Amino acid sequence: MKANTADVIVVGAGIVGAACARAFLREGLSVTIVERDLVGGGATAAGMGHVVVMDDSEAQFALTKRSRDLWDSLVPELPPEIEFERRGTLWVAADGEELEAVSGKKAHYEARGVRAELLDELSLRTAEPSLRPGMAGGFLVPDDSVIYAPCAAAWLSRGANIVRGTVEQIEDGALRLRNGERLEAGVVICATGAWAVDLFPALPVKPRKGHLAITERYPGAVRHQLIELGYLKSAHSAGTESVAFNVQPRATGQLLIGSSRQFGVEDGAVEEHMIRRMLDRAVEYLPSLAGMKVLRLWTGFRAATPDHLPIVSLCPGMRRTYLATGHEGLGITTSLGTAEILVESVMGRAGVLTKQNYAAERFVECRV
Amino acid sequence: MIVNGVSVDVADGVSVAAALMQLKIIPRRALSGEARGPLCGMGVCFECRVTIDGQPHERGCMVRAREGMEVRSDEG
Amino acid sequence: MKVDTLIVGAGPAGLAAARGARSVGRKALVIDENWNGGGQIWRGQGRLVVGVAFEFERQVVDLRGLEYDRLILACGARELFLPFPGWTLPHVVGAGGLQALVKNGLDVRGKRIVIAGSGPLLLAVAANLTKAGAEVLLVAEQTSWTKLARFAAGLWRWPSKMAQGILLGNPRYRAGLWPVRADAGGVTMSDGRRWDCDYLACGFGLVPNLEVPRLAGCAVVDGFVEVDEWQRTSVDGVYAVGEITGIGGVEKAEAEGWAAGCGTKIQGDHARFVSRLAESFELRTGLRGLATPDTIVCRCEDVKLCKIVGFHDRRDAKLQTRCGMGACQGRICGPILEFLYGWEAERARPPILPTKVSDFVRKTRVTLD
Repeated sequence: MKANTADVIVVGAGIVGAACARAFLREGLSVTIVERDLVGGGATAAGMGHVVVMDDSEAQFALTKRSRDLWDSLVPELPPEIEFERRGTLWVAADGEELEAVSGKKAHYEARGVRAELLDELSLRTAEPSLRPGMAGGFLVPDDSVIYAPCAAAWLSRGANIVRGTVEQIEDGALRLRNGERLEAGVVICATGAWAVDLFPALPVKPRKGHLAITERYPGAVRHQLIELGYLKSAHSAGTESVAFNVQPRATGQLLIGSSRQFGVEDGAVEEHMIRRMLDRAVEYLPSLAGMKVLRLWTGFRAATPDHLPIVSLCPGMRRTYLATGHEGLGITTSLGTAEILVESVMGRAGVLTKQNYAAERFVECRV
Repeated sequence: MIVNGVSVDVADGVSVAAALMQLKIIPRRALSGEARGPLCGMGVCFECRVTIDGQPHERGCMVRAREGMEVRSDEG
Repeated sequence: MKVDTLIVGAGPAGLAAARGARSVGRKALVIDENWNGGGQIWRGQGRLVVGVAFEFERQVVDLRGLEYDRLILACGARELFLPFPGWTLPHVVGAGGLQALVKNGLDVRGKRIVIAGSGPLLLAVAANLTKAGAEVLLVAEQTSWTKLARFAAGLWRWPSKMAQGILLGNPRYRAGLWPVRADAGGVTMSDGRRWDCDYLACGFGLVPNLEVPRLAGCAVVDGFVEVDEWQRTSVDGVYAVGEITGIGGVEKAEAEGWAAGCGTKIQGDHARFVSRLAESFELRTGLRGLATPDTIVCRCEDVKLCKIVGFHDRRDAKLQTRCGMGACQGRICGPILEFLYGWEAERARPPILPTKVSDFVRKTRVTLD
């Protein structure tokens, strides 16, 4: 193989790019990843590492479910530093209204092959004793899991040739680096998250800023990934700023505390007012957090699309360049499903997922 | 000061870290289980972390031992 | 809280800044994370300044929301610890670290102590520990006798530093010697000799505490805060004094603090002593080879040297190995990685010290712990 060619070139060594690299390597193809900074160092490092089934739409359910199955199939191979733990997601209903709203979810999930349980007030207390008393109940998805994504990205990209460089332009089956070098490949995949618009300005992908906090080690303080059911409202609201209670126990005993969502903020600085709102919300649900110590705060940018589904398809008008972006807050989960869709597309195979649901052409601005 | 449930006399102005060192009590076990002791003595290294009055992860070198203060080490 | 001059650190530089500010009628507030003033060197014996407000046991975790006309950073320095087999054993302590513990009540009477590392601090520590009743068996300085002799010969230029020259006469002082391995009851030195000891007190020189200056956005050049002759940093209204602008001891720290406090140019030439110190006690490259693959580099997260392979920078290693991800936020392993691989620190982000969730929630502004 010549240095400047490969069967497949993936731009971006985040979790999505890394998953694509692994999928194509397993087809026996040579893969080069071009990364401008660090493997798993962008949104992959900024996110929570939650592998979760979500039901915003049938297409989202299908993609997250398939992806979670793919993660589960990898479990025997995952090295310890990926910190895979089947924590389950516990969606917390603060009041009767929220609980009522999820009463149909169990049947919905189980009809699609995902185990789920409705919890009343008492069983919620038993499942997660540190939640504030008086919560109405919850919706538990016991097979969701948690991973440490930067190491997952490094593990998934093993075997690929990783080149450090900034891509300035992507063409059909080729790309040009800032240093002037031109690379060619049978297949090029753009997996640069929120920065995909730098290369493809027409894409309806917007950066959606998020804040996270991590605590010192408090082993056993929380058992499940906890999310308020109001999250679904705040995650998908069109508003420019929102926070939701979202706490994840890490294998280290630390707690990751989220979450915030902001559109229209490009500065990556930690914003005091967002941190305050976010932690305030977290303490409302989990009073014992108040006495815990925050070790670090940081921010990241999700790549958001208008319909909350990623863009995973050929780049409109091209035959050899593919897009894999727009995963918003679900990139860790859906990276594996994304890679599967792309491999099947390139190899001309049918698959589990309906590819058109994730194609760029669903957006008017992407049609050629 | 009460260390791991046992009352001990400590002179005024002595830091928790110095007091534990004097008593030959290991403040912290590392992740590997290895015993650790104070290193920097000045609040930088976090090796002398103990639970003080129920609050874990306190730097023993930055806190003065007080009468009735409850200190718990990783051994306790 | 609004003051004319906010001073971070109550060591020699910060106290001099407070005196300077007072002398020109400025309202000053000094904050320090210790429970008494004087910094690491005077610890409780520094004279506080009448007419200046002091707040102890106050830690800066974020600078946003603090109100001042002038911010004077006098954050001082900490010891550089280098990894070698056994350096994580409980009887291996910092040199300045052991001294601080003794000043805070540790009784070392009759304890056998080996002091090792680099820099004039080792001798000062030896003198203090001896005074406290310890038996100092050996003071091992890694630099060569040649460099040491040149340093001593130049001390006449700085009469106030002659005391250091006297300390050089310590009969237990050895140059060109360093620890290679500690075991539960002692230490083996680079000449192969093993010493039984109760404590091995180690410090390989000083590194500046740059967390707060970095948080303030001050430019850092060659490992120190960049300042002009008024001690102004690259950030408007922010001044830096003392060890964070160059390791140079008390005299330099006080001159800089005074200048920044009263808003005058610095008096005297301190740069020469700073560079003389740095040259004389420059760490020999061989010390990079002390750690074996199994030696722990990051003590918070127990990351061994053999795990730090193939990374671009400190953040890369942190994300993939957890090195520097623990409670000390890389304060100990950061300078080690810089010595071993030349990796510089990341940008500082608040909170620079672990901070209770309630402190973020309760206050409208996150300022001081």
